[in-house]
Amino acid sequence: MSFYEVLKKYDGFDFDAFFEQITDHDVKRAIAKNRLSETDYLVLLSPRAENFLEEAAQKAHRLTVQHFGRVILLYTPIYISNYCVNSCLYCGFQVHNKLERKKLSPEEVEREAKIIAATGLKHILVLTGESRQKSPVSYIKESVEVLKKYFTSISIEVYPLEESEYAGLVAAGVDGLTIYQEVYDQTVYADLHPAGPKRNYRFRLEAPERACRAGMRTVNVGALLGLNRWRTEAFFTGLHADYLQREFPDVEVSISPPRMRPQLGGFAPRFEVTDKNLVQYMLAFRLFMPRGGIAISTRERAELRDRLVKLGATKMSAGSCTAVGGRSDRDSTGQFEISDERSVVEMAGMIYSQGYQPVYKDWQII
Amino acid sequence: MKDLLKIGGKEITSRLFLGTGKFSSNRLIPDCVKASGAQVVTVALRRVDLEFEEENIASYVPGECILMPNTSGARNAREAVRIARLARAAGCGDWVKIEVIADNRYLLPDNYETVKATEILAGEGFVVLPYMSPDLMVAKKLAEAGAAAVMPLGSPIGSNRGLKTRELIRILIEEIPLPIIVDAGLGRPSEAAEAMEMGAAAVLVNTAIATADNPVAMARAFGLAVEAGRLAYLSGPGEVREYARASSPLTGFLRE
Repeated sequence: MSFYEVLKKYDGFDFDAFFEQITDHDVKRAIAKNRLSETDYLVLLSPRAENFLEEAAQKAHRLTVQHFGRVILLYTPIYISNYCVNSCLYCGFQVHNKLERKKLSPEEVEREAKIIAATGLKHILVLTGESRQKSPVSYIKESVEVLKKYFTSISIEVYPLEESEYAGLVAAGVDGLTIYQEVYDQTVYADLHPAGPKRNYRFRLEAPERACRAGMRTVNVGALLGLNRWRTEAFFTGLHADYLQREFPDVEVSISPPRMRPQLGGFAPRFEVTDKNLVQYMLAFRLFMPRGGIAISTRERAELRDRLVKLGATKMSAGSCTAVGGRSDRDSTGQFEISDERSVVEMAGMIYSQGYQPVYKDWQII
Repeated sequence: MKDLLKIGGKEITSRLFLGTGKFSSNRLIPDCVKASGAQVVTVALRRVDLEFEEENIASYVPGECILMPNTSGARNAREAVRIARLARAAGCGDWVKIEVIADNRYLLPDNYETVKATEILAGEGFVVLPYMSPDLMVAKKLAEAGAAAVMPLGSPIGSNRGLKTRELIRILIEEIPLPIIVDAGLGRPSEAAEAMEMGAAAVLVNTAIATADNPVAMARAFGLAVEAGRLAYLSGPGEVREYARASSPLTGFLRE
């Protein structure tokens, strides 16, 4: 059964009515449990559970230290192409936006790689827009071949691929996949993706499953927060992660809770997601999936990221840049504006100052 | 006479092996080694970074220790074998702790793949210490495959739940002619002492030390507990009796 069928179980489910009847006792019981059910997870995402964030935080912190240790894995994104045929209303790279389109040649990839590698980072996340013509799988593979010389773990965040294409990338040295469904609500999804191949909700939803079958070691899923009501999106993201972990027990599963940032095109978030909401989401997920990773990107402000170290985060990006070739060419336009502009050294210093260890290398291409 | 543990041609005096994951800083590792007296230290190859001296976990393991790289991240025998070979090529020596885990929820080892990897690596001259779920038949196969020791889990990795597999480990200690090293799950020094009293050859501890509020003091506590447990084992503890010994024995008249 694919995750698409799992989601179908919740067709027509009245989340408001569910949240309405949650009591303090329900929340306390969910926090105290060793093994949380789907329903317990939803209880912890309820408005009522906002009154118990400290209790949840204490447990989430304990669980994270027990399972991951006092460590934060560092990684950074590299945008290699911004050509895109989709028209996602909220994205700076969408086809209708006027910006300089480019893709990096292998030499340019190498130039960026050298700048990043000099910071000591070993985990890289490769991003492209969706254009099978401009950034085909062969181009991604070619770039991976270059990056392999500088990094020991390579993840991709590209358009959804077929299983055999994922297998080809795994064979080339890719070990991780990040793919956000953006929004799990199908109606909202259709509305936000008016044209382009990304309209195919199900093909995107099942991409992580195909990648896992193709031998990917890590998968990271998420919803872009601000596009829809965050509580239900957080719920479905958690269910997605849990589904993947159950179906593919040998894969390391993680989530990202990215909040929308200002971008070219100026699409404003439709729903506010406060710091408190974000923290509630992270804590609920940690209690639901004690061994699930949580990635926090530079979309978040420095002061907030500092606090999230002890609230369940397991990996953080550092020294990020969302423009193609932006590390050697400062003038190019990024996919969105980042909030935390600290260097890798500054991030490492912050992590150490909290009694945590920044981990630069946690995989080795074998 | 000195009580030495012999593995792979080495004579080891400390029966506490130390893991190096989860510390808040690699700088704590040498202090914990010293405080615990550990001589065998395991490091995940996935964390070894020869290009970044300052952040390379392996460079924090004191030179006099035996470095035992582990194959953390391996999902099958093939990956474990490749990681072990990479570790040896990186200069980490001939020792290897095989970890084959294909279940991220409980982190329980895959015994079948572990036997396969042991056979291959022992054949290539590695000193192989396989981490396993305690099972007598598997332990026998590991011994036949050339393992230098067998490392059954006390409870799942990082769970701090202690010796939940006590009875199965007891059987391994009785039946397997190799050192039995209890690895994983020991959360408290008393549990390490218990394993040693049972006759375990050594224990491996990581999470309980690395995530303690004071890791160095906890390392020392484990070192002392392991020593105490070993000494107790060697001293021949008294028989455990369910009832108090009767002061007016029923058969006493027969001695007359």
